[in-house]
Amino acid sequence: MTTTVLQVVAFALVSAVLLVVVRQNRPELAVPLGLAAGALIFIFVAARLAEVIAVIGRVAEAGGTGISYLGVVLRVIGIAYVAEFGAQVCRDAGEGALAAKVELAGKLAVVLLAAPVVVAVLDLVLGMLG
Amino acid sequence: MDIEIIFRIAAIGILVAVLNTVLERAGKKELGQLATLVGVIIVLVWVIKLVKELFDTVRTMFKL
Repeated sequence: MTTTVLQVVAFALVSAVLLVVVRQNRPELAVPLGLAAGALIFIFVAARLAEVIAVIGRVAEAGGTGISYLGVVLRVIGIAYVAEFGAQVCRDAGEGALAAKVELAGKLAVVLLAAPVVVAVLDLVLGMLG
Repeated sequence: MDIEIIFRIAAIGILVAVLNTVLERAGKKELGQLATLVGVIIVLVWVIKLVKELFDTVRTMFKL
């Protein structure tokens, strides 16, 4: 695990130096370079992330929480991550307006995904009141 | 981790910059712009492949 962190840090440092060099001469090639570095780091860390998700699943099972709700939470995290990634790349490229739209789309998707859970909670509360 | 793609992209960037200055000195500015365009397209193809891989990992990871 420690070696993973060290590898990621070393990789990020090398990418940062290359980015500075490329940005000076060719700013239009710096955006794809940063994008590639970010994607590679996530793909590299993904294997560890799978282990973490498996642990969370085991804890949820032991706690007796519905696995369906855990699936919703995971999906929300995934959407949030992808939307944030896209928005940050757009912002790095100087397109703040586009980044805001990407974030809006991500928020909409999250709300849509969480709507059934909210409705279930409201139903429960109303049932207790009535 | 395939670190080589980062080096490849950086190499293309530096190559295009050098080519641009040489062509500009030779008085062929439009050729230099064409070189820039080709470089951007090549890098974009690589990066799109990488982003597809990223999306596939996220999709399997979070069961989207």
